[in-house]
Amino acid sequence: MARLVRLPRRFLKKGGEWYLTYAGLAIITLIFAIFLLAPIIAPYDPIKTDVGERFTAPNFQFPMGTDLHGRDVYSRIIYGARTVMLVALASTIISLIAGVPIGLASGYAGGKADRVLSLVMDSIYSFPGLILAIALAAMLGPGVVNMSISIAVVYIPTYFRMIRGQVLSVKENLYIEAARAVGAKARTIVFNYIFPNVIPSILVLMSLNIADAILTEAGLSFLGLGISAPTADWGFDLQSGRPYFPGLPGRGSYWWLITFPGLMIIVTVLGFSLFGEGLNEILNPRQREGE
Amino acid sequence: MEKASTRFLILGKGKVNNIAEDMLDVEDLRTYYYTRSGIVKAVDDVSFTMDKGETLGIVGESGCGKSTLGFSILKLIPPPGRIVGGRIVLDNSDLIAKSEKEMREIRGRRISMIFQDPMTSLNPLMKIGTHFVELLLTHDPLLSEEDALGRAKSILSVLGISPERIDDYPHQFSGGMRQRIMIGLAIALNPDLVIADEPTTALDVIVQAKILDLLKSLRDAYGMALILITHDLSIVLERCDKIIVMYAGQLMEQAERLDLQERPSHPYAQGLLRSIPNIELADQRLEAIPGDPPDLLNLPRGCRFQQRCPYAMEYCHKETPLIDVGHNHLVRCFLYGG
Repeated sequence: MARLVRLPRRFLKKGGEWYLTYAGLAIITLIFAIFLLAPIIAPYDPIKTDVGERFTAPNFQFPMGTDLHGRDVYSRIIYGARTVMLVALASTIISLIAGVPIGLASGYAGGKADRVLSLVMDSIYSFPGLILAIALAAMLGPGVVNMSISIAVVYIPTYFRMIRGQVLSVKENLYIEAARAVGAKARTIVFNYIFPNVIPSILVLMSLNIADAILTEAGLSFLGLGISAPTADWGFDLQSGRPYFPGLPGRGSYWWLITFPGLMIIVTVLGFSLFGEGLNEILNPRQREGE
Repeated sequence: MEKASTRFLILGKGKVNNIAEDMLDVEDLRTYYYTRSGIVKAVDDVSFTMDKGETLGIVGESGCGKSTLGFSILKLIPPPGRIVGGRIVLDNSDLIAKSEKEMREIRGRRISMIFQDPMTSLNPLMKIGTHFVELLLTHDPLLSEEDALGRAKSILSVLGISPERIDDYPHQFSGGMRQRIMIGLAIALNPDLVIADEPTTALDVIVQAKILDLLKSLRDAYGMALILITHDLSIVLERCDKIIVMYAGQLMEQAERLDLQERPSHPYAQGLLRSIPNIELADQRLEAIPGDPPDLLNLPRGCRFQQRCPYAMEYCHKETPLIDVGHNHLVRCFLYGG
């Protein structure tokens, strides 16, 4: 009897996981399509003012309405995907390129250098991510490149710690010892023996990292530390739409100004998170919960 | 096997197998582990010599330092371990003085090692052929990949594994086959010395015998020397020319095989010999040595075996002389003088 009850539940759980992974993948695919095809999809120039009446509510001509400069919100959302994804991808790649080799080297070499690097990385890691990114972005100034660097620095320790941890455990394998016993070079061992073992974790971390980077990017833009004014950007549009939120005194009530950028941020982050978690379940089945 | 052996000799570098005395000379070797709780003297003042083509057996309980001794010869002691003294002289050059780069040249080409657990000593992500190609190219960068693969195939056939399986991954082989592959990797460059650290412990008895036979035939074909590290005294008594009995990091007894069998002198070696099952004496109960080995962090003064020794006396708390009882038969015990 217990079996009969348990079996469907397990199926449901498994089915649920896969369903969510695919949902994440679908969202990611959609976002990349928007990223690549923005000029084709967008009906208007995102930075052209007065393409319609100011504060037009969503209708057939402007599916997401217009903002205070009469720009098409829908086109800005589409072009905003470009800014957000560009920064998220660039920062992820920078953290990856910096964090993975340092983690590999530090974990394999061990000793004093490893202890110093771990200390440095841990102190960056223990700093609240968004605050560190804000501080760096404020120092470096606005722009896609500077923002990518600010966000990247926050995530380098995440790669470092994960890779280093895995190197430490893989390093204990007898086949590493065996390779050294027949004269293999450190380089060979790191790249041919250790690195292939950490690739799955890197993929998972990348996906989760992109999700986080999107949030941080939106946060920086929201605070005015991101892209300069006319460029379409979700976080920035969220900020410029904020005074018009329904219920706030003084100005008009135009709900669509923050609803659509906000939704896009949520959906995109959700997509990468779901995909990352699902990928983790597939690639590292031993870490599955409750098993 | 004879056919295989001749083929194998062709693979070799064409060394002249002249019998030179003392190919390996280990003198007063000391390897300590500097742990947080203190210094573990895993190998403490061990000396021995080996001739070309000789088989040396090192026996002892787990934790007696026999594996550390093997790793020390390759200078592959993981931190916090360190070789703190002594000399390891291979063909008149001291390995202790060699740099890591020079040691890499020596590992695999001059001295190589086989490990206990064949299930984990091959990289699960690499094909068998890649293991061989990588090894051969590391030591001979001028070799083409095709030639390396060709040599890998001929080594496989010597080992009794179909060369067609060169593109298979380690998990597709059985434990015994994997150990044969490990042996193949160890001998691929025709080394002078192969250190086999418990090569058959993880295998069942029939495969054990086959692996040991393979090692023996390869040794005969090559003239390579072999250090067989094991806790199984019966294997050592059956297959080694010379035997070292280790206890708590020290060499307790060293003798030729027959000599040890006929007159085991150290009380520990006597105890070990009595604890081997004997078919001819079916109703004899096996004798175990009472007690446990001492804590390496907290060694007693004097003889390290004193707490378990039936003959322990006052003097044993003071000194442990290494005494030659004749025919190069060394015993670290006060019973024989000192």
